[in-house]
Amino acid sequence: MSAGGRLVDRAQPVHARFDGQPLQGYAGDTLASALLASGRRVVGRSFKYHRPRGLLAAGPEEPNALVTLRDGGRREPNIPATTVELFEGLVAESQNRWPSLDHDLLALFGLGGPLLQAGFYYKTFMGPTAKAWRLYEPWIRRAAGLGRAGRDPDPDRYDKASLWCDVLVIGAGPAGLAAAAEAAGSGRRVVLAEQTPRLGGSGLLDDSDAVVAAEAALAASPDVTILRRTTVWGAYDGMVLAAVERLADHLPAPPPDLPRQRLWRIHAREVVLATGAVERPMVFPGNDLPGVMLADAVLRYALLWGVAAGRRIAVLTNHDRGHEVARRLAGLGLQVTAVIDPRPTAATAAETAALGITVYHGHLVAAVEGRHMVRGLRLAGVDGSAGPVLDADTLAVAGGWTPLVQLASQAGAQPIWDERRQTFLPGPLPTGWRAVGACAGDGLPEVAPLPDVTRRHRGKAFVDLQNDVTAEDVRLAVREGFGSVEHLKRYTTLGMATDQGRTSSVNGLALLAAARDVPIAELGTTRFRPPFAPVALGALAGRSRGAHLRPERRTPMHDWHLAHGAEMYETGLWLRPRAYLRPGETVATAYVREAKAVREAVGIVDVSTLGKIDVQGPDSATFLDRLYCNAMASLPVGKARYGLMLREDGMVFDDGTAWRLGPDRFLVTTTTANAATVLGHLEHLLAVVWPELRVVVTSVTDQWAGMAVAGPHSREVLAAALDGVEMSHAAFPPMGVREARCGAIPVLVARLSFSGERAYEVYAPWTEGEAVWRRLLAAGEPFGIVAYGLEAMGALRIEKGHVAGPELDGRTTPADLGLGRMVSRRKSFVGSAMLDRPGLTQASRLQLVGLIAVDRQPVRAGAHLVESADRAKPGRSLGHVTSWTWSPALGRYAALGLLEGGLRHAGRRLWATYPLRREHVPVEVVHPCLYDREGARLDG
Amino acid sequence: MLIPCPCCGPRSVAEFTYGGDATLVRPPADSTDPDAWCRYVYARANPKGAHLELWQHSGGCRCWLRVVRDTANHTIMRVELLGPWAEAIERKRVAAE
Ligand SMILES: [Zn+2]
Repeated sequence: MSAGGRLVDRAQPVHARFDGQPLQGYAGDTLASALLASGRRVVGRSFKYHRPRGLLAAGPEEPNALVTLRDGGRREPNIPATTVELFEGLVAESQNRWPSLDHDLLALFGLGGPLLQAGFYYKTFMGPTAKAWRLYEPWIRRAAGLGRAGRDPDPDRYDKASLWCDVLVIGAGPAGLAAAAEAAGSGRRVVLAEQTPRLGGSGLLDDSDAVVAAEAALAASPDVTILRRTTVWGAYDGMVLAAVERLADHLPAPPPDLPRQRLWRIHAREVVLATGAVERPMVFPGNDLPGVMLADAVLRYALLWGVAAGRRIAVLTNHDRGHEVARRLAGLGLQVTAVIDPRPTAATAAETAALGITVYHGHLVAAVEGRHMVRGLRLAGVDGSAGPVLDADTLAVAGGWTPLVQLASQAGAQPIWDERRQTFLPGPLPTGWRAVGACAGDGLPEVAPLPDVTRRHRGKAFVDLQNDVTAEDVRLAVREGFGSVEHLKRYTTLGMATDQGRTSSVNGLALLAAARDVPIAELGTTRFRPPFAPVALGALAGRSRGAHLRPERRTPMHDWHLAHGAEMYETGLWLRPRAYLRPGETVATAYVREAKAVREAVGIVDVSTLGKIDVQGPDSATFLDRLYCNAMASLPVGKARYGLMLREDGMVFDDGTAWRLGPDRFLVTTTTANAATVLGHLEHLLAVVWPELRVVVTSVTDQWAGMAVAGPHSREVLAAALDGVEMSHAAFPPMGVREARCGAIPVLVARLSFSGERAYEVYAPWTEGEAVWRRLLAAGEPFGIVAYGLEAMGALRIEKGHVAGPELDGRTTPADLGLGRMVSRRKSFVGSAMLDRPGLTQASRLQLVGLIAVDRQPVRAGAHLVESADRAKPGRSLGHVTSWTWSPALGRYAALGLLEGGLRHAGRRLWATYPLRREHVPVEVVHPCLYDREGARLDG
Repeated sequence: MLIPCPCCGPRSVAEFTYGGDATLVRPPADSTDPDAWCRYVYARANPKGAHLELWQHSGGCRCWLRVVRDTANHTIMRVELLGPWAEAIERKRVAAE
């Protein structure tokens, strides 16, 4: 049309490109309206058969015209062209075609129709065709698909925000505007969300300014927040709804102060569903040919954007509103040649005929002529008789209306069938929800049920255009036993495309009902799930990407580690040094040097990440006695003890140490990984199980920096660095805890060893951690002190057979770990009641053993322990390797493992088999403590 | 889903850690009845409707709460503080109101 269009400004031309060709439109156009105006009929190729497809709709329900927008990091596939606001310089590409839209070689699939029928994927994965599948898969995957996502990082920002309101109105058509005005009038805070850029909805088609006035009134109200370009896509428990606001999708690039999109979490006291309804197409052979459109879309393109969908338009309808649309189109100057109506009569048929439009009562469309677009329509009587052939290039279909009840369904509502209007209405809604306007069925026309023409007349008749599901696919599913709505959906993929079956679900159900010979009302609908419309992953991620994916915890010595060649490793949220690489070193050579230094001289390791809990109160000792499986109440002040915590079911939960700092005060350490869980466990016991105990626990993990100094010279290093503490063996025996000073800094020192060497843990105030660390290093310099990392620490503890995370896997008891003697038999504690169950005391349980490689091959964690020397026939698994290292002290690979019967196999040869790596390594079963079993080095 | 914490006010469920069935009572420490322990450690009902359960405000005041929640729609019907300090906090709250 050369003029008109309520939404476009013809004074402002806009230039874009589609498939490399220039495309001109006007400000206010969508990509779809500009394409239609340019005369382009084929805008996409279908998902499976690569059939040419044109625009069906004018709104977000569009199933065919999916395009890829922009390029580089902003490339975005699968966007309905009907939702894309045209802007200067927009670059859009069609999808699923090769080499071009008009000449798609992959359309040859259309010839091999049965190959891709319903259930195709399920069938080819099974039976004799499974082999063929592997051969054809890459081809079929390429042929059947949508657009490709970009590979470059997205340069834009995405934000998240929350909103609270009394009333959330979803949809700004006449009903939504009225509901928002009413709520705001009674002083309530209102959020009005509209997915398009313009408020008004179907009111934009009215010949009055009512919506303009309503919008102005709402914009002036301080209690109303209007969110345009905002799709509410999820309804969650507790009246929380998710929405995405597209702040800059309609601009070439977001302005510097705005994110591209914003994800809203909306907490609403009340939800008004004013989402309206979408028009339904009809199912008949050839109904997917470009030129077959929804009548409402044809009217919108003409009225809102001034675009004539065709030159000779026929209208196919089963209700009186369809006649009205035909007359309005004629009134706008479009050439409407015919109205085809399966009903024997229509109330306003005479008015339609008076405009020179031929009305074909009792007729339907049996076939559409044309290869790439509609050229003619072959009619048939509803009784099956032959009908005339009409000359037409556009068929406007008005098959009734489908309310958009998806969000209500997400919230738990069960839609109910309305026979008069042949559609599903929202049904009883959850508390706080209300449906208004077309979504509630208001104003929707009475519709005649349609006779099924797809059995009688040949040719593919599509139900779901986006997923290429035909009427025959629905019948096939029923024949093969997938006749429930949920089965039909999964077997045929009907309604599972990105449009969630907006235009196809009711037609699909009608065909299913016909095939099963039951009323539609009996079938029910599938439950809708979020998202209501596709949401970009970027919006869901928000700012949680890259380094911001999760927080990072650093110890006070972090900068020192980095400055000294540390290769850092993530353990939970903590960053810890794996090893400190000197020039020319790798982790594998550096940790060997570090571990040797600990055994031969002295080393220092950052253990600040250990969980630390301050336990205070008169009942502290009683509490720890009930908490640990070994005795704690008897621990004297100034001493520490290794402690093992169990779960109530008798399995080991965590290990660590308890330091008695005073009669009523302990410092408890936990493993790094379990710090938070252990604290919660303690708090649970004190609040829920033993509220009578007068104990308070506080996390002090971030208050104490920790470092362990280990090795034959550790005592000399501490003696040189610390004041106020007597370091002799007699004055400071193993397990002793002392207060001291490092310069002016107060520190806490415990003589504990994890490496098997004489060792001390020094705890300093967090902020002084690096200062104490540096002083210890300086004091250690004459003794050749080295800093060591996780790898060396792991090697040292494996050599000593100390258990850690891999052994504390939630399935091991103290006895399984060789720690059965720690368990006190004179008290009850968490886990004591269930520890002696027969299943936990069997001799055949998986128990801790040491493993030494017989030759030079690595023994890896995860390998299974077997008796067979034959890699091809490993036989039954007797256990598995949990921790492994190349042991600098032993000069060979050493490991810890869990083995059926444990040390009863000591001295035996087994094989550690790792089929994924094709490794099958002979090992000898030994005691887990591989180095200095007498513990002579601890006291030396 | 919001849980009204008696200390902190209504807070998002993301700040809380679920603690399981609150009707369970730990058998006496000296109990050796395997059935009683088995019920405490393993047996759980999965009721639809009102459920008495434990939640910890782990991302807030770290108090343990006893909550009645409708498992069908997540309506929180009752919340009370647990622990030796519960009474004192409750007295303070009532005094402030
Ligand atoms: Zn709280």
